[in-house]
Amino acid sequence: MHSYLVISQADRRPMYLQIMEQVRRRIAVGDWAPGYEIPSIRALAASVQVSVITVKRAYLELERAGIIVTRQGKGSFVAETSDLRTRLQQGELDEHLSSAIEVGRQLGLTPSHVEKRLRELWDGKPPDDAGKEGKEEDQR
Amino acid sequence: MTERVIEVAGVEKAYRFFRLGSVSLELEAGQILGFVGPNGAGKSTLMRILMGMIRHDRGTVRVLGHPIPEEQASAKRDIGFVSEDMRLHGNVTLAWYMKFVASIYAGWDAAYADVLLRRFNLHADQDIKALSHGERVKATLLLALARRPRLLLLDEPTTGLDPVARHEILTELMAVVEDERRAILFSSHNTQDVEQISDQITFIDRGRIIDSSDKETFIDRWRRLHLDVPAGVTLPALKDVVETRTSGRMAIITTRAYSPGTESIYERAGAHVREVQRMTLEEIFVANVMSNRKEQAA
Repeated sequence: MHSYLVISQADRRPMYLQIMEQVRRRIAVGDWAPGYEIPSIRALAASVQVSVITVKRAYLELERAGIIVTRQGKGSFVAETSDLRTRLQQGELDEHLSSAIEVGRQLGLTPSHVEKRLRELWDGKPPDDAGKEGKEEDQR
Repeated sequence: MTERVIEVAGVEKAYRFFRLGSVSLELEAGQILGFVGPNGAGKSTLMRILMGMIRHDRGTVRVLGHPIPEEQASAKRDIGFVSEDMRLHGNVTLAWYMKFVASIYAGWDAAYADVLLRRFNLHADQDIKALSHGERVKATLLLALARRPRLLLLDEPTTGLDPVARHEILTELMAVVEDERRAILFSSHNTQDVEQISDQITFIDRGRIIDSSDKETFIDRWRRLHLDVPAGVTLPALKDVVETRTSGRMAIITTRAYSPGTESIYERAGAHVREVQRMTLEEIFVANVMSNRKEQAA
């Protein structure tokens, strides 16, 4: 049996979120092109050994987000939106940046400080010359 | 409409030292129901009632549309029942059993039986007495699965098995419900297996069903909230909170009906919500049993 996705028990996130993320990633990397027929709910459930109800929930939310479409009696397909791939890649990046912003807020940093730090890390600068707020971050 | 393969309503059964009931339970075609309870909770008793092996005192039982125990013979043609104490006799081979079962049930699928032999790493020519515990469990499951019954009733199918054998069995169970006409009810105290493959989950304790819901609802609604409670702030008493633990300014609340609104209720009361945690099915089960026993005692 081929395996479509792999679900991890050690991952603390609920299984339906893990399934959603892996489907999004397969689309983002181009494995599953727009219009591609994705596995049926029951086939995917059997393949990853996860409850049918869990896969159903993941598909329902992916449908709501406009990432897949389900045609009654025909199956589920990757939505044929031209910019879907870019949108998903953008979405993944936004997710990481949002959590960085959240940490910045908790530490009381300004947007320009976070921006500067992002640029430094991008250029491969080691975390040495951090200011007062930076030290707090080290202690976390 | 989806067909109900199990319908249990108001079932009671009294013994000298144990009372089951009143139990109501439903299972639809295409679903897996995980039946979770401590030892002696009444899981096996209920399964035997479903099989017509024990006659209930009160209530109604229908399995695959047949009233039980009246039409148990017709129902059993399409039920595969596996339980711990269904011992296979030692002095014959697994092949002998396969021939025997095939002679009774028209639905026996010899090709699938061969596939299962390979998947479970069993040898048809081996004497039953030479099998390990795990091999014995897999052999009884093979005999039930190869009949391709519409309903599987499995009493503790994964208990005492190593992780590899458990994985092999869960894989076969998931393959069964690729066919949406079929259904499985399995009991277990391994909550990890139940959490992984069940669509519906029912908790039983001391002969009573204490909670029953689809798995996603359980996992979504049971949460632990970690709160900072400043001096002078009294936490509101919410009806669905099953446990509150406090220590200094910290409080840990376990709720069975979480929604984002729950957080704002505590924030409005002056507490600060530090973290909202999801719970594993095991944690939900234990919290559920403990709070229910407390209620019963009160």
